Amino acid sequence: MIYRVLAKSYTRTIVAALVALVFSIAITSIVLSVSGFNPPSTFQAMFEFGKEPDSIVNTVNRAATYYLSALAVAVGFRMNLFNIGVDGQYRLAAMLAAAAGGAWALPVVLHQVVIVIVAVVVGGLWAAIAAVLKVTRGVSEVISTIMLNFIASGVIAFLLNPSRLATKVAGSNNIGTKPISSSGRMPGIAYPGSELKVYSFVLIAALAGIAFWYMINRTRFGFDLRATGLSQSAAVASGVDAKRMVVTAMVMSGAVAGLVGMPQLLGGSYSYSLDFPTGIGFTGIGIALLGRNSPVGIAFASLLWAFLDQSSQILDFNDIPKEIVAITQAAVLLSVVVVYEIVSRVGKRIDQRHVAAQLGEVPA
Amino acid sequence: MIEQEVRTPAPDTGGARPRGGGLVIGLGVFVALILLRLITGETDITSSGTMGATLALAVPIGMAALGGLWSERSGVVNIGLEGMMTFGTWGAAFGAYFSGNPWLGLLGGVIAGALGGLLHAIATVTFGVDHIVSGVAITILAPGVTRYLSDLLFTDEQGGGATQSPPLPSFPTWSVPGVGKPLGSLEKHHWILISDLAGLVRGVLTGLSPITLIAILLVPASFFLLWRTAFGLRLRSCGENPIAAESLGVAVYRMKYAAVVISGGLAGLGGVFLAMVASSNYQEGQVNGRGYIGLAAMIFGNWRPGMVAGGAGLFGYADALQLRGGAGAVHAMLLLIGIGLLALAVWRGYKGRYVAAVISAVVAVGVLLWFFLTDELPREIVTYSPHITTLLVLAFAAQRLRMPAADGMRYRKGEGA
Repeated sequence: MIYRVLAKSYTRTIVAALVALVFSIAITSIVLSVSGFNPPSTFQAMFEFGKEPDSIVNTVNRAATYYLSALAVAVGFRMNLFNIGVDGQYRLAAMLAAAAGGAWALPVVLHQVVIVIVAVVVGGLWAAIAAVLKVTRGVSEVISTIMLNFIASGVIAFLLNPSRLATKVAGSNNIGTKPISSSGRMPGIAYPGSELKVYSFVLIAALAGIAFWYMINRTRFGFDLRATGLSQSAAVASGVDAKRMVVTAMVMSGAVAGLVGMPQLLGGSYSYSLDFPTGIGFTGIGIALLGRNSPVGIAFASLLWAFLDQSSQILDFNDIPKEIVAITQAAVLLSVVVVYEIVSRVGKRIDQRHVAAQLGEVPA
Repeated sequence: MIEQEVRTPAPDTGGARPRGGGLVIGLGVFVALILLRLITGETDITSSGTMGATLALAVPIGMAALGGLWSERSGVVNIGLEGMMTFGTWGAAFGAYFSGNPWLGLLGGVIAGALGGLLHAIATVTFGVDHIVSGVAITILAPGVTRYLSDLLFTDEQGGGATQSPPLPSFPTWSVPGVGKPLGSLEKHHWILISDLAGLVRGVLTGLSPITLIAILLVPASFFLLWRTAFGLRLRSCGENPIAAESLGVAVYRMKYAAVVISGGLAGLGGVFLAMVASSNYQEGQVNGRGYIGLAAMIFGNWRPGMVAGGAGLFGYADALQLRGGAGAVHAMLLLIGIGLLALAVWRGYKGRYVAAVISAVVAVGVLLWFFLTDELPREIVTYSPHITTLLVLAFAAQRLRMPAADGMRYRKGEGA
């Protein structure tokens, strides 16, 4: 029975995710109780608020952004390449794409396409710095991408200046790039019962997920990528050019990271200003880990994450610090990696016993 | 029974040489800085203010680096230092504010950091989770936990809030007596060498906090513990070859636990410094990447305490210069970098590596042109000079380094082949 449940790797993933979820709800409940709040009523308030139409729209929009960020991270993770720099890549990409989109007047469709291409190219090039440093100088990509995040903040602060690429936003202290004209915007999709619109970029995020799945599972490159991730020496021995893989995967990761800011830019804010969301790159790391780097897993993980973010908004009205959700998220994350480790170890042991039984060495 | 072997540790090639070498390098750098000050007239390059700030800014980076060294010497990569420092900043605020005693703040910060280390040890050592994954998870966890706890504990206090603690009691500062005034007047004259030395000595010997002193003492203490005791030899053997260590009866798991918890405690100490010495309260985002810069300092220092401290000093100086001297002083550094790269190009040409020589020369000319054609660097980018320095230093220096052989490897007891 247990064997059948744990036989397939995806059921192992599901079991691990469920155990981790239960575990983190338990942790959250303990933290809430210790802080003097009532866990069931807290969860109920969150759920009630989370299923309102406005909340659903916000959750889906947020999830699309998280999804792209996690995909970008997952491209690297699949070959044990840690692109911690998605954060800097998407912010720089969104900023320059917004500036380009605001400055150029182009016909519909072409305008959007150009903005997205600028973002993808900028994201890829910024990631390429880390890739080149890794293959030519042996610099750990973890540290270089983190440093590039900081440097990206500096570059953005430098460029987002009224004397350079920015203008003052009317009626506030905020400064931002020149707004993209209506020819470059993406109309939203109406959702019944809500004034808010679902970003149409959600569809492109879904396409990116399908493309990711296809690339990983159905192409030579994807095979090399997974092989390098599982055993670099074996991959090299079978003719994979490790250096080229690092550069390609990193640039691809950065290019996907370039898309992260696009739902917000093309569907909501139409310009990059000081209040453009930050930190999504780090969220993406957590979600990629939670979704075990698979496009479907990441989809569920980003919806869960976005739902928690959105539904926690209600907690401040009940005087509960909404950061409790950050604890839930971190607990999910840490427990899922631990539980998955245990489940796969148990699964492996069961596999071995099963094989041994079939070979007739041990009575079943 | 292994005492016998322990008493004569393997000859440590790096033991004496880098310390002497480090002194020569340090002197060379200092002379170069003096020349740079004379040429460009940027007095902040060697002022006591910059030197004092260098020491102060090097402490948190150095503690993170030393923490990384402890952990990685036992074979556990600790990318969660950033998160452990965050725990340290909050723990310091908690201990110091609610007791009113700065020393309990020190204790609180170190314990909070060590708890972060313990979590990392449980995940990586007991459960065999990938070290980077666990470290990243801890770094994501830390700000959430501290924000939640601050919201619960600090919002109702005077001057506190969800993102910061109330003002904390501070440590007494201490200066070597009879140093401040005479050297201060010497420094004002801007005499060659004498004023620069006065700046260095005055900056380093005045206004010291006890945390700074503890941090400085921890460098030789770490060296002694790791390289001159049985405990240190066992710990390092886990980082080089855990299976061999296991076969000799070393309790590998226990050693790794000890190393990672100490690592977290050191990172926590760096956090204490940030919250209580560099600033007067805990603030969210105070760590600001210093944990990662510390890791870079550790790599730059080739996993050796003395060199690691030197690396921390370098990054501290980059930070101090941008804070004190601003865009002008950092601009002056371009000249030094340009000349350094030119020298590197000549060296590589002499060694027959022509492609590398040409690349260095081209970059050098670019940097020098940049220096001569501009008067200042953009302020927004100068702010990030420690990070740019980190990247450049790793790009040009990550060559003859030797990390512990089993660093980052997953080790399961009894599964060694």
